[in-house]
Parts: sequence; structure tokens; C-alpha cells
Amino acid sequence: MKHIQTISKCSIRKDGKIGCGECQSSVGNQTCASR
Amino acid sequence: MVKAFISNLSGSERYFLYDVESGSLHSVDSATFLVAKKRYESLSDNENQLYEKLNSDLIAEIESEIVEMENEGLLNSEAIIYEIPYTGEIKAMCLHICHDCNLRCPYCFAHAGTYNTAKDYMTFEVGKSAIDMLIKMSGVRKNLEVDFFGGEPLMNMAVVKQIVEYGFGEVEKAGKHIGFTMTTNGVLLNEKNRKWLNENMDNVVISVDGRQEVHDALRVSANGKGSQAIALKNAQEFRKIRGDKRYYIRGTFTAKNLDFCTDALYLNDAGFDQISIEPVVLEESDALAIKTSDLEQVFAEYDKLSKEYVERRKGDKWFNYFHFMLDLKHGPCITKRLRGCGAGSEYVAVTPVGDIYPCHQFVSDKDYYMGNVLTGEFNSEIQKKFFSNNIYSKEDCKDCIAKYYCSGGCKANSLHFAGDMNKSYKLSCEMMRKRFLCSLEIYAEEENNNV
Repeated sequence: MKHIQTISKCSIRKDGKIGCGECQSSVGNQTCASR
Repeated sequence: MVKAFISNLSGSERYFLYDVESGSLHSVDSATFLVAKKRYESLSDNENQLYEKLNSDLIAEIESEIVEMENEGLLNSEAIIYEIPYTGEIKAMCLHICHDCNLRCPYCFAHAGTYNTAKDYMTFEVGKSAIDMLIKMSGVRKNLEVDFFGGEPLMNMAVVKQIVEYGFGEVEKAGKHIGFTMTTNGVLLNEKNRKWLNENMDNVVISVDGRQEVHDALRVSANGKGSQAIALKNAQEFRKIRGDKRYYIRGTFTAKNLDFCTDALYLNDAGFDQISIEPVVLEESDALAIKTSDLEQVFAEYDKLSKEYVERRKGDKWFNYFHFMLDLKHGPCITKRLRGCGAGSEYVAVTPVGDIYPCHQFVSDKDYYMGNVLTGEFNSEIQKKFFSNNIYSKEDCKDCIAKYYCSGGCKANSLHFAGDMNKSYKLSCEMMRKRFLCSLEIYAEEENNNV
């Protein structure tokens, strides 16, 4: 890519282990507990 | 949905594209910024004049790259509707350890800690029943949380200690984990309390508004005396023993200190590296309230703080600012982003007499009474109502660039200021979007600097 440089790719995770609910109560900066 | 924005953090203009549905962030050149903004949003008159000067071959080349990114799902990606299964599990509780306070801050939503109720103090019996209910209702959840709140929780420390000892023992038997936290005004944070909290609390939040004249104008004792000197000194002593464990110095800014960047930096200069200065939430008719007419000044202050933040994080004055922290690499999954704080659905507040409410902001609102830990009564219909309140149920969130980082905002604020949990508190939304854009700029700048 000549004009576009990707800094961060697909940070809204929609696959793998989702919805386990083990993450800390709060959203923008929290860490996924299962990972 | 794609947001094109410009950052001046580095002293020169840098151009970015943020893809809302995928969360992808891209750095682009000025020509690509114009082509993308024309494609996804609209150009201002000045931008349109610049666009008209672009070579047609260059535009075609850029559009080809944009289409390639779209095909990879990194620009203008599709929104996908996710089903969130209702389980009825509760994993976190806010224990109002007492409805009493040694301060009389006029902006306090709890009205001197009383929530307009009697000055009740929680007994161990109520606390024990709350822990039992939490474990019972947590289902398969392993990680549980209990926050000691008030009022001023240090005014009932003997019961706090009993509950913590009981809680640690019971979760061990249940094969679970529990994290205790406390929010305090710092006045009673003496050496004995500091030592115990440091050993037993996962997180300690201490309220200091910043400069002495700012803090002491509002955070006063019953006889009107300012509390900054004692709160700051105790917080600094706590910081010395806290090491790398979690704490926050949390302040409120009002219409009286719209130059709140100065207060954030004051706290950093006072030795703290975990800081949050947050806008007061009051009716616009209140003299202390942030008003729509203040937003221009508030935004300028966030810009000023962003620049200073990036500079300080390069050296000895490194600090975290709660509302600028953004994780674009290891953040939570889509369902957490849709659900947000979980108030009323997986998190509840318990009053000193054991009554249950959706969160601390709803306490004493009888329309939202959910039950009692002593009787075991629990209203799952209210829980389901809160569970169904998410980004999908809020029309205003659908086209918002910050929706996956704000998760629909505070349910209590929506109810109190917009009249409906499924509507938005516009003033708060404006500030949230501004902070989100500042956070993206900071993130991009630090990635560039490798901080």
C-alpha cells in the first residue's frame, strides 16, 4: 500500500472465545480475561 | 462507517482513517484523507477546493487502494448483529458499607453519602448475606468482584474487614476468585488503614480534585473546612507503599475549573501515575454543571492535555489518564463491548440494609428496587430489562464512532438526563466522542514513537 498504512487491524474481536464474562467490570481499555 | 480525522499532536498535521465496525486504524497521506472523506463523509468548502486540485490519476490510484482495504474488511466493514444470551448471572457487587460521609461535597450524587436515606451502616450480617448471594448467583463465572462504596467506607472499617475475611474464605471453598476494591475520600486513610488496604484491595480509588483551591472550594467537611491537605498527604503516603499494584487518584472537574488539564498535571507533579479527572454530572441549571456552551473550552482542554500527556509519557513523568487509555490490540470481545458496564444485569449495588439496586446511581429509586440480600428476594424482570439495554437498543448509538468503546454510556445518566435508558445523554456523548478521538490520536502518536 502506497497511500494507506495500517496501525491497528480489526481490534473489535468477533471470533474465538467471546462472551465468557470473566473480564473485569467496567470498555475501551480493558483486557480480555480469556486471553 | 469510517471516520477521517486530523491530528496535530506531533506539531505537524497527520491524517487518519478509523473503521468503526472492525476497529481498524490507518495512517494516510493528505490526498487519501480527502478522497476517503469525500467517499465516506463530506468535505468542507476548503477541503473541496483542495480535492479539486488533485490529479485524476492519483485519485484513481487511491480509490483502488481503498477498495482493496474494503475487500479485506479494514475499511467500511459491515455491522454484524450478535445475539447475547441471557444467563441471569451476577458477578460483581457494590457494597454501600455506610450511607454516611465526613465530607459535604455539593456535587455528590449521593447527597453527603446518604442517598436521601437514613445514615445507615452495613452490618456483617448484611455483608455476609451479600457475599453468599454473589457466590450463589455467579453460576459458572469464576472471577467475582466486590467494591466497597459509600458514603465513606472508611467510616465502617471494622465491618469491611469482616466481609473481606469472610469473602476470601467462601470463594476459596467455591473454587472461585474474588477481587475487592474501595473508593474513599482519603480523609481517614491513616497508616493503619493504608497498610490493610494495600494488602487486601485489588484497587483503591482516592478522590482528589487537583489544586488545593479547586479541591477545597467543594470537598469540604461538615464545618466547611477544605480536605485537600489531608487527602493529598494520605494519598501520597499510600502511593509510596502501593508499588505496582492498582490505585487511582480520581477527581471531578466542574464549571469552576474548566482548565482541568492543570489539575491532572498537578496530580502528576504530586507523584501520581494513575489519574482520572472527570466531568461532573449535574443538571445544567446547577452552577457547577458543565453546559453545552462549555464544550468548546472542554474540548480545547482535552487537546491541551493530550499534547502534554504524550510528552510526559516519554520520560520520568509517565502517567495513565483513565479516559485516554485505549487498547486496540487486546481489548474485550464484541459481546462485552455491546453490554458495557453490566449494571443491573451482572453487577448490582447493595445498600447498608441489604436492598438491591441496579447500580450505585440507582440507589433509593424505588422504581428500581430489585430485592434484598437478607430475604433472598431478587427481581429478575428488572435484571432482564437492564440486560436488554445495549448498543442495539439505543438508536443514537448506531452511527456513533465511539460506540464500541463507550458501549452506550451510563444507563443512570441516560435515565436521569434523557428520561429513558434507551436514549442518550447528549452532553456526555459529545465529551466521550472527543476523548475517543484524542485517545486514537495518542495511540497513533505513541505507536509512531514506540512508547
